Amino acid sequence: MNFKRKKFEEELVKKVFFLFAFLSVITTFGIIFILIFETISFFKEVSIIRFFTEKEWTPLFVIKKFGIWPLLSGTFLTSFIALLIAFPMGIFISIFISEYLPPKLKGIIKSLLEILAGIPTVVYGYFALLYVTPILKKIIPQISGFNSLSPGIVLGIMIIPTIASMSEDAFSLVPMSLREASYALGASKLETSLKVILPAASSGVISSVILGFSRAIGETMIVTIAAGQRPILTLNPFVPIETITAYIVQVSLGDTPAGSLEYKTIFAVGMVLFVITLIFNILSHNLRMKFIKSFRI
Amino acid sequence: MNDLKKLILQKKFNEKIFILTSLLFLSFALLTLILLLTDIFIDGLPVLSLKFLFSYPSRKPEEAGILSPLVGSLYVMAVMIIFIVPVGIGAAIYLEEFAPKNFLTNLIEINIANLAGVPSIIYGLLGLEIFVRFFKLGRSILAGSLTLSLLVLPIVIMATRESIRLVPSSIREASLALGATKWQTIKNQVLPLAMPGILTGIILAISRAIGETAPLITIGALTYIAFLPTTPLSPFTVLPIQIFNWVSRPQKAFHHNAAGAIIVLLFLTFMLNLTSIILRNYYRKKYRL
Repeated sequence: MNFKRKKFEEELVKKVFFLFAFLSVITTFGIIFILIFETISFFKEVSIIRFFTEKEWTPLFVIKKFGIWPLLSGTFLTSFIALLIAFPMGIFISIFISEYLPPKLKGIIKSLLEILAGIPTVVYGYFALLYVTPILKKIIPQISGFNSLSPGIVLGIMIIPTIASMSEDAFSLVPMSLREASYALGASKLETSLKVILPAASSGVISSVILGFSRAIGETMIVTIAAGQRPILTLNPFVPIETITAYIVQVSLGDTPAGSLEYKTIFAVGMVLFVITLIFNILSHNLRMKFIKSFRI
Repeated sequence: MNDLKKLILQKKFNEKIFILTSLLFLSFALLTLILLLTDIFIDGLPVLSLKFLFSYPSRKPEEAGILSPLVGSLYVMAVMIIFIVPVGIGAAIYLEEFAPKNFLTNLIEINIANLAGVPSIIYGLLGLEIFVRFFKLGRSILAGSLTLSLLVLPIVIMATRESIRLVPSSIREASLALGATKWQTIKNQVLPLAMPGILTGIILAISRAIGETAPLITIGALTYIAFLPTTPLSPFTVLPIQIFNWVSRPQKAFHHNAAGAIIVLLFLTFMLNLTSIILRNYYRKKYRL
């Protein structure tokens, strides 16, 4: 038959599909390029020294200050509160699912946790502002209507499935022989879990925690809705703050003309956000690879 | 002897404490899910009605509905599917079946893994600069769909690759032995067998994209629209943005509207997830994968 046509078709498909795959590289470089491009143009107008030394962030006011620290402190404050919730809970739940639950229940619990991970973040934002904050107000009367505690807690609940399911994967990679050896020496189930399996899977577990933390840092809607829009350099979880992501939303909602200084600020802070999450993601990825390799014989 | 008994009792006690704590944490997480759902249903069910579904957003909460955001969401998803299906499946086929083991392939793999971890709002910045400004698509449905496509492509690619990998190599070899070309083998043998896994991936990608708010706000999707989009270049709004808009207002009546819209959004995502779970189970039984 038309052998030539077949050959041509095959080559064409291969080339087109290569382009589709290569799109991921273009996307990454596109992100890096536009962030660097707009950030450089931002630093032409505002010195980089001001960006990292000023303690106020007021680019939308008449007296403009461009210190990134209030946004950074807001971002890390909410994410740390999230970690305080999700770290112990995620680890306990993952050990419990992996070592204590019968296989049938395991699947059910994991899919229930998956539902938690699949809820749109704007819904979590609603929950934080209109359900969690009023409850917190009853316990802590001085807490303000917008604060970092409530979105922090909800962020924590949001990243529990990430930490729990990835840690559980790590535990399941630990060879059975280690468990058997531990039981043979007379250790109880708990001792085996905490003193043998947890240390053996530690890099996998840490990798999952870092990834969860990175997700919390990049999350937008929960903190935009419930944390307020006041960039203040503070570690007080009871007062309104603003995160990097919330600032980007705030500017995007207003009609900021392209090319203006305000427009450039969202790319400059976006750059900071991208670099931070990239570092955590790479760290998490390397730890996971190291962990998987350590059990490959 | 007594010491040993004490030790065993102590160990058993620790065991119980651990199980109790774990159950407590687990039920905290799941209870939150239940609380969240009941809270939303209590607030939102009373406003749900056909009138709510078929009215435009309004300044008066009791007259407001979700017609334009709902249609906007469906429109954006439809246009997005046109992009992610060929591109996602094509990229996955290339990486699984054609790609040589070299630097370029490695670079692509690293990039896909890395893109899955980039915060969604960064994609919004990319979409704003590239699609809205550079390609001059404006704050349109097309710009929104393209932005979301880039965001969920890693999901489609990873799911497709995984299910292509599950197709037994004996089937490929049989097809090649009968004289089929590589592309014919992929098209006629591998893809049909991998289809359930691919569909699951696409559905998961849609259910992720339909709830995304931040990237669309960043590219400048409007928060208030009282007309239906006509072409892919029309301005638009989506359900999550309408929810965000209503949540941010001080009046309680708008919060109830937000809850009503959330029920619709959750219904859509749950239906999507349910479909993917049913598909997965059905085909797993059929092919014993």
